[in-house]
Amino acid sequence: MSLVEVQETNKMIREMNLDVRTITMGISLMDCAHPDMATFNRNVYDKITRSAEKLVKTGEDLERQFGVPIVNKRISVTPISIAAGAVKTDSYVPVAEALDRAAKEVGVNFIGGFSALVQKGCTTGDRILIDSIPEALAVTERVCASVNVGSSRNGINMDAVKLMGDIIIQTAERTKDRDSIGCAKLVVFCNAVEDNPFMAGAFHGVGERECVINVGVSGPGVIKRALEEVRGQDFETLCETIKRTAFKVTRVGQLVAQEASKRMGVPFGIIDLSLAPTPLIGDSIAEIFQVMGLEEAGAPGTTAALAILNDNVKKGGVMASSYVGGLSGAFIPVSEDHGMIQAVQRGALTLEKLEAMTCVCSVGLDMIAIPGSTSKETIAGIIADEAAIGMVNNKTTAVRLIPVIGKEVGEMVEFGGLLGYAPVMAVNPFSCAGFVNRGGRIPAPIHSFKN
Amino acid sequence: MKGIITVLGKDKVGIIAKVCTYLAEHNLNILDISQTIVQDYFNMMMIVDISAPTGSFEDIVEDLKQVGEEIGVEIKLQHEDIFNIMHRI
Repeated sequence: MSLVEVQETNKMIREMNLDVRTITMGISLMDCAHPDMATFNRNVYDKITRSAEKLVKTGEDLERQFGVPIVNKRISVTPISIAAGAVKTDSYVPVAEALDRAAKEVGVNFIGGFSALVQKGCTTGDRILIDSIPEALAVTERVCASVNVGSSRNGINMDAVKLMGDIIIQTAERTKDRDSIGCAKLVVFCNAVEDNPFMAGAFHGVGERECVINVGVSGPGVIKRALEEVRGQDFETLCETIKRTAFKVTRVGQLVAQEASKRMGVPFGIIDLSLAPTPLIGDSIAEIFQVMGLEEAGAPGTTAALAILNDNVKKGGVMASSYVGGLSGAFIPVSEDHGMIQAVQRGALTLEKLEAMTCVCSVGLDMIAIPGSTSKETIAGIIADEAAIGMVNNKTTAVRLIPVIGKEVGEMVEFGGLLGYAPVMAVNPFSCAGFVNRGGRIPAPIHSFKN
Repeated sequence: MKGIITVLGKDKVGIIAKVCTYLAEHNLNILDISQTIVQDYFNMMMIVDISAPTGSFEDIVEDLKQVGEEIGVEIKLQHEDIFNIMHRI
């Protein structure tokens, strides 16, 4: 081992914000089923607190042992619309409260899985879950919700898309005293993945095992600093630099994942090779674009720059771990990325450009504040557009929009902590009501017909 | 099992002495030391055997941090795995 290598690692940690973004324990709640709500909730609470008892402590121990920050410890559970399907009730809000209590008990900052998968249609449980979302997110602190409304295989459930337009507005209303923060904990997906460790869209899929450890790596700051060294050089050098750095970052995630799994006696699931920014200066995807040669995120060339970044992060990362999954790639949330916020404020970045970028990013329209006066049909239209990009291109896409009640374009919203702050962005004012009100399902594209 | 200690800070008399005394008291054998001083800045790396320390690894990490604070340098102990995994395939 050489002094140079040791210094390089520690410089990445100290100065370039290298960290492991999250250790997420996925827990199946399938065996908690019971027709009585109180019994079901007790089963859920007991199972989560038992399984995740050592999660936070193990994370903290590993942090000290390797000297690398592990920012979040989180839990994802079986989609509640499935796990609670047997419960005789017309609201799953008490389940959300039980999840919230369990999360607080074990000390995790978020618990994901207040979710429904309705790409082809809604069951009774799915409908109850979706209707419970606004209240559940208003009365709990750590619960995250997601709804999958489409897939490349099944098409897009436009009834659900329309409904989610309304649910997002209701969620915003219920939390309007806190800048509509409820919507920051709600994601609408197309092609949702079952092993994603990142909130708010994390849930423990039905194809997963009993309990599993997934790890999300990050480190936009590390990539940015590496690229500063090769400023002005050709694309081959640019790509090579991203690949090499992504490899190193992912190896750290792999080490933490394996150790955590060994110490807790829980199988290791996947590494999510992601670049997830934080509101810290220097930990931004938009700053990477600037180092790549763009004046601001949103300038012509941004989509190409993002495509390069995403692809090379994956190429470097897959060599570092055999089990790669989740959403992998660069996230482009607005409020959580200091450079993206600046780009919006300077008028370089619009909602439409962000939509174009989602064709090549890892997820979609993320953490975007829009005027509280936006209609539910317009929100449904934005969801439909984003879902269509995912459906046709066989990729995961998502929408996490926050219609901030009482605020208009240009005003600032403060969510606090990791969720950051954002300027309210303009939305195209023309109506799509006639389109989204048709209802029914958009059939799957022709290339889905493979077997 | 090996641990890597790094010490970074303004050079002064007694840094190595302080660190080594602590290590001796806690049964941590030093396997290798390398150091550089660049423009008054002291930069040291030590490889130590951590297979039979007195006290837990986590406690030693905290203690060494404290020792560093007392003499005004940054002292970090990390498990060797993090360096191996990043730089060796």
